Amino acid sequence: MANEVCFSTLHLKKPWTLSTYESAGGYKVWKRILKEKTSPEEIISELKTSALRGRGGAGFPTGLKWSFMPRNTPGQKYIVCNSDEGEPGTCKDRDILRYNPHALIEGMAIAGYTIGATVGYNYMRGEFYEPFDRFEAALKEAYKAGLLGKNVLNSKIDFDLYSHIGAGAYICGEETALLESLEGKKGQPRFKPPFPASYGLFGRPTTINNTETLASVPYILDKGGKWFADLGKPNNGGSKIFCMTGHVKNPGNYEVPMGTPFAELLAMAGGMRDGKKLKAVIPGGSSTPVLPAALAMGMNMDYDSIAKAGSMLGAGSVIVMDETTCMVKALARLSYFYYEESCGQCTPCREGTGWLSRVVNRIEKGKGRQEDLDLLVDVANKIGGRTICGLGDAAAMPVTSFLEHFRDEFQFHVDHQRCLVGG
Amino acid sequence: MAIDAVEQKGGLAESTQAKLISKGSYAAIDKWIAKYPAENRQAALIPALHIVQDANKGFLTTTLMDELAHYLGIPEIAVYEVASFYSMFEHKPVGRHKISVCTNISCMLLGSEEIVEHLKKKFGIKLGQTTADGKFTIKEVECLGACVGAPMCLIDRDYHEHLTPEKIDAILEKLD
Repeated sequence: MANEVCFSTLHLKKPWTLSTYESAGGYKVWKRILKEKTSPEEIISELKTSALRGRGGAGFPTGLKWSFMPRNTPGQKYIVCNSDEGEPGTCKDRDILRYNPHALIEGMAIAGYTIGATVGYNYMRGEFYEPFDRFEAALKEAYKAGLLGKNVLNSKIDFDLYSHIGAGAYICGEETALLESLEGKKGQPRFKPPFPASYGLFGRPTTINNTETLASVPYILDKGGKWFADLGKPNNGGSKIFCMTGHVKNPGNYEVPMGTPFAELLAMAGGMRDGKKLKAVIPGGSSTPVLPAALAMGMNMDYDSIAKAGSMLGAGSVIVMDETTCMVKALARLSYFYYEESCGQCTPCREGTGWLSRVVNRIEKGKGRQEDLDLLVDVANKIGGRTICGLGDAAAMPVTSFLEHFRDEFQFHVDHQRCLVGG
Repeated sequence: MAIDAVEQKGGLAESTQAKLISKGSYAAIDKWIAKYPAENRQAALIPALHIVQDANKGFLTTTLMDELAHYLGIPEIAVYEVASFYSMFEHKPVGRHKISVCTNISCMLLGSEEIVEHLKKKFGIKLGQTTADGKFTIKEVECLGACVGAPMCLIDRDYHEHLTPEKIDAILEKLD
């Protein structure tokens, strides 16, 4: 059981074309909605049944999010897709854009209809030249076939969809930073409330969903919310694309049912490279806590099981590390990342990420002091919960979890000015 | 990231009249402007900066940014702060080919350091520098979202994955 949703057309010839997408039942749901004028309540109810949760990392229930939109109030509303994939370890949305762009277009059109938005934007990161071209080509095909635009297929329903590009800033994956960026500004997150559903893009009510979330919608509405929910487990409905990266034999994106045991997913990726032993796993992207091998091998790939193990499903970005990995070095790289990408708006994050990066770096370089280990935890705790957006927490979580599970390695670096693994 | 020294008073108006941004670039920018509500021309700023930078051998100047600010009807500072916030915008000349190597976690685990060291040695330059012949600039970048292809890099508009020193040599040989 794999590849049943966003990757269900992956095995077909040129799956990114309209003809292939339609041959597999694509746009059937959009056409049905246009014809029958399905009530938005019905669509939202089906999504709630499906238990679909945001696939960008936050895991917020999609049906509930859509229900927040004041769709009957007059004025322009927007649907925005977050294709600013940049969480280290995450590379699934790129493949959806490249291999199944029409599912995203159909999902966005349905979302627009449901929330009362006649305009949508797909925000893709600036480096995604190839995915951008694929998405643009698909948009052209969809417009030409009359599936988008004004009075779509004589339904009296309008939906225009546009591509937008970023220019290199991790923070723009945060939904309100993305809105700022789309407005042509620095990507600095906004205070919430007001939430985007009341004050979003250009000050108008806006819903923002991740690429994988939106691309899943046509399949859910075609086969039913129950079908999707039953793919996974209670409270962890559906399937999910997991990006298996790091020290596995066959790194790749694997779309599997929620609740698949980690051990099974690891086996799908060919197991560990070069017969090495598993040491640690970051299960949901660099912002989620690291887990030692024993905890990881006992978990299933769903929200509840990973939370029970002490981490988060996040964006499903599984970073696998073998016994040759220096955990101090790994944390040094991650801490530098958050320092580099902090937007600088909130002092605890702007200054704190610099402290974290410098202190981990000096431990790694053999210049650490005994008090540094507690200092790191102290700085991390002073960032967490004190910033406008989640980047501060995201910077703090790897630090506290690496020190919780691998403190001996940090201690060894301090005591011996060198690494515990590999010298 | 430092912005070019702000030009002296008077230079601005003159340079704006000079129209350094080509008709072709403006036509491309207009296509982006058409995507947003008429009162939100600034929304086209990031795409427009890409267009202007690409047409100016890969980097932005204050003069170009000022001209763009006038065209979009926004203050110059609104352009500077965006152009200095995002990592893809350059403010000094770069090589004909920009090589951006990801060194984040998934790439690091599979040997991105070796790729970086290889490039530094091959060109005899540091990260962020350009070869003397103006052909290559090498840059370290954060995660580019192609982690299953680690280690990887972006050269101009193309991703190259599962890199080895030999593989990157072969790729670079084909560039003029």
